[in-house]
Amino acid sequence: MIEFQDLYKAFDGTQVLQGLSLEIKDTETVVIIGYSGTGKSVALKHIVGLLHPDAGDVIVDGRAVGTLDRDELTELRQGIGYVFQFAALFDSLTVAENLALGLRRRDLGDEEIEERVHEALALVDLSGTDDRMPAELSGGMRKRVGIARAIALRPRYILYDEPTTGLDPVTAAVIYRLMVRTREHLGVTGVVVTHDMRSAYTVGDRIAMLYEGRIRQVGTVAAIQETEDPVVRQFIEGRAE
Amino acid sequence: MLRPFCFWSSFAPVIQSIGRRSISVIQSVGRVGYFVADMARGTRDIGIWARLLAGQMRRIGVDSLPVALFIAAFTGVVLALQASYTFTGAVPLYFVGTLVGKTMMLELGPVLTGLALAGRVGASMAAELGTMKVTEQVDALETLAYDPQSYLVVPRVLAGTLMFPVIVAFAIATGIITGWLTSLALLNLSTPDFIKGLKLFYQLKDIWFGLLKSASFGFTITLVGCVVGLSTRGGAEGVGRSTTRTVVYSAILILVLDAFWAVVLL
Repeated sequence: MIEFQDLYKAFDGTQVLQGLSLEIKDTETVVIIGYSGTGKSVALKHIVGLLHPDAGDVIVDGRAVGTLDRDELTELRQGIGYVFQFAALFDSLTVAENLALGLRRRDLGDEEIEERVHEALALVDLSGTDDRMPAELSGGMRKRVGIARAIALRPRYILYDEPTTGLDPVTAAVIYRLMVRTREHLGVTGVVVTHDMRSAYTVGDRIAMLYEGRIRQVGTVAAIQETEDPVVRQFIEGRAE
Repeated sequence: MLRPFCFWSSFAPVIQSIGRRSISVIQSVGRVGYFVADMARGTRDIGIWARLLAGQMRRIGVDSLPVALFIAAFTGVVLALQASYTFTGAVPLYFVGTLVGKTMMLELGPVLTGLALAGRVGASMAAELGTMKVTEQVDALETLAYDPQSYLVVPRVLAGTLMFPVIVAFAIATGIITGWLTSLALLNLSTPDFIKGLKLFYQLKDIWFGLLKSASFGFTITLVGCVVGLSTRGGAEGVGRSTTRTVVYSAILILVLDAFWAVVLL
């Protein structure tokens, strides 16, 4: 279970998170929606300790991430897959090497690593791209490799940072399907950060809206769709006013 | 009406600016201190950095050799000609060998190579790591349970520290050889005379002093490249700024270190 406990974070005097509290139960997928710049990605980065909270903390499986030392953080990260907004593939490594890199941190033999790489690439429909460099891939393919890199680790949690931003509707639909397939096949707990409502409705068990640094509303997809909160309504309907 | 002169209002902005800059410098020194401490901790992950070390040694060492040798070759030629021009009539010509040897070993070999490689190695390192930073590749590395210090910094800094003395040794040899060939071809100086001059005031310290100095330059250039590269912010423009800053800081530090070693060891 992942639990945000009264999380505060500021950058250069600008308060981004102001008491964020949210609970993500095992095997569910929670989608965090909100306007650009409201701190959705900042919240996600706290889960893996890429950012340290000013106050409050994130509790993952009973451990407060902000208090973990270097070795404990390494151990925690081995159970979490992270899909970055722009994939963040390593330019100098091939697709297969990108996937294998995380696996080499575990005590796995070369054969098992190779097997997991092929399995993960097959799951994202990218079999045969092992030797290609990231620069040779389209935006959608890069995102799928990013997802494959996360699922190859067979993590307990997968964090998706804006997984469909910048993609055409068809490629975005492929990514939604992939995220749902990943959840069904691997039974992982997911946290998705997005402002794309189609994505939120398709992949989320629950949706939480982040507004002015804290959760404005959290509920099932149906509950959010029927909300009477004017701020949430405006956002999900995409109205200018 | 003239306003009365007020010392505080006239100089306050200057004093505040000096204060702000002083604080910024102290904070930067502190950040570098923390960075070096993290790097020292990163050396514990031998399994990670050891397999990347050979690649970095090739990139920093072998790939930099042509630039270093090119510079050293022409430095040797110029040194021989300038020595003969200076010595004309007053000092025996075989002192050309002395001057070429001493200058290449003690000063120009290490310093010119260091300055050239601050551009080649330091700038490319800052650009590479800066790009990785702004495209979240460094974050990705951390989420894959790698310490960026062990994976990115330790192999680069170690490779720089180990390979710079090797490059400088080749550069010194090249400079002396081109100085000797110039003496033979243009100064009518015989090989025995050149060697006689070369041996005249030679001490073993000349060699190890130059190589120790170059190891410190290698450490500094790669460390600056890593520190500046990994603190890059703001996309392509930020990467450009980091690259420039690395070259400037490295060049300044090389000259400061050069003076430091001269004071401490000579």
